[in-house]
Amino acid sequence: MFFSKKLILQFFSTIFITLVFFILLNNLIINLFRTDMMFDLGWLNQPSGFALSENSLPYNPTNSYLWTLLVGLSNSLKVIFFGLILSTIIGVIAGASRFSSNKLIRILSSYYVIVIRQIPLLLQLLFWYFVAFLNLSNTPLSILGNILTISNQGVRLLGIDISVEFSALLIGLTIFTGASIAEVVRGGINSVSIGQWEAFRSLGIKDSLGMKRIVIPQALPAILPGLTSQYLNLAKNSTLAIAVGYPDIYAISDTTITQTGRAIEGFTILLIIFLILNLIISFAMEVLNKIILSKVYKY
Amino acid sequence: METIITASKLSKSYSLGVKALNEVDLSVFSGEVVVLMGPSGSGKSTLIRTFNGLENIDTGELEVLGVRLGSFATEKNILRVRKKVGMVFQQFNLFPHLSILENVTLAQIKVQKVNKEKAEAKAMNLLKKMGIVEQANKYPNQLSGGQQQRVAIVRALALEPTLMLFDEPTSALDPERIKEVLDAMRDLAKQGMTMVVVTHEIGFAREVADRVVFMDKGKIIEESDPKSFFTAAKEERSRKFLNQMMQ
Repeated sequence: MFFSKKLILQFFSTIFITLVFFILLNNLIINLFRTDMMFDLGWLNQPSGFALSENSLPYNPTNSYLWTLLVGLSNSLKVIFFGLILSTIIGVIAGASRFSSNKLIRILSSYYVIVIRQIPLLLQLLFWYFVAFLNLSNTPLSILGNILTISNQGVRLLGIDISVEFSALLIGLTIFTGASIAEVVRGGINSVSIGQWEAFRSLGIKDSLGMKRIVIPQALPAILPGLTSQYLNLAKNSTLAIAVGYPDIYAISDTTITQTGRAIEGFTILLIIFLILNLIISFAMEVLNKIILSKVYKY
Repeated sequence: METIITASKLSKSYSLGVKALNEVDLSVFSGEVVVLMGPSGSGKSTLIRTFNGLENIDTGELEVLGVRLGSFATEKNILRVRKKVGMVFQQFNLFPHLSILENVTLAQIKVQKVNKEKAEAKAMNLLKKMGIVEQANKYPNQLSGGQQQRVAIVRALALEPTLMLFDEPTSALDPERIKEVLDAMRDLAKQGMTMVVVTHEIGFAREVADRVVFMDKGKIIEESDPKSFFTAAKEERSRKFLNQMMQ
């Protein structure tokens, strides 16, 4: 048959998708005309007029919306950066612990993964914020002398003040993503043949050292693609900051859209920012992947 | 003669009903070459792997180089034994991400705490004796199977073991590569190394073994010197196995 079934199906689905797209675009244009708000970015230069509870860059309410959004982006990047580092550390430790010779460690790490993955991230963030942090007493609780003090006003680590909102968000994201990374690490370790374990054990090498020098390096090629997905998830999930009142890029865009009514522009900016951010993470991981592959397979 | 391995009534089951080892008694003495033979699933691989604690046993007594490796063997005891017992596997199990030299020096440096220069000198010397010194800076996948297996032997010998275990060392090799590995094992036996070898190589067993142990269904069926085993096996099951092997 000249026109295969597959070709006909593709033809009609292309027409359908194009039609839906034009209807939506038409709707948008009609509405923009009706409200007299054509796509415009001029408002970005107007002062935002609202206060931020914390800022990683210098800020006051007379600054422009553009600057306010950049402050929000820097707040997002801060939590994403520390989240990536901490969740990687927790994930690798929890994933490797599944292979510990100590039964208690094995059980604890598997319970951690099971429990954390059952509960929606939003609930976990609300738990850390409202239950764990805001229920603390007003007088600071000192841990490890003066290195770490915690109260419902915030955390002070080595003299640096960290807000309750940032702490709750960072801990929630880290613990949630760490559990998924632990599973990625476990899968990677499982991909290394049991013969490698037997070989290093036969040489009198302890499991802890063998894991570090023999197993993990060979597991990395299987771990990295899954790890990249988890990193992208963490970056996207950081927008749940709004639930605990941390002024990230999404929370600030939300306020901006409410004040200016510029929903289309606001969401377009958000989309582009997250697209660029995640492309950067993907690209960095791809480079890392190539470097590691060339180190592991030198032949 | 010094006893290297004393095993009495070793039993182990993998799953309910299937006994990998069924009350196995075996002694291995210093300088001896013992060849374990038997059909697949006879328990010979399981037995040899209990001698360095890769498999633990359910019941029975096991002493290797004066260290107890029973069913309640401590991690410390197992590590003590492994430092003195070398093992060579069917699949070579070289570390693919490390060079040949690094494969041979890793345990020397990390376990024996020998400094890097000394470890490398020793590795190069052993690789030279094995005729593969020019491969030192290559990676395992660049070597032929026979070369890889000889590296695996060198890797074990670098720790100066008192006992060497070989678990079907030539079964994964191309026929034309088998000889170079068997020759290396022959040399080792001549130097007086105590060896336990699981193999189907009748020529090797006939020539090098002091004793052939025939196993079937987790039990030792027969223990003989190679000459009488291969010409006049005592047990019906041994004769049947040998007949199948010769065909």
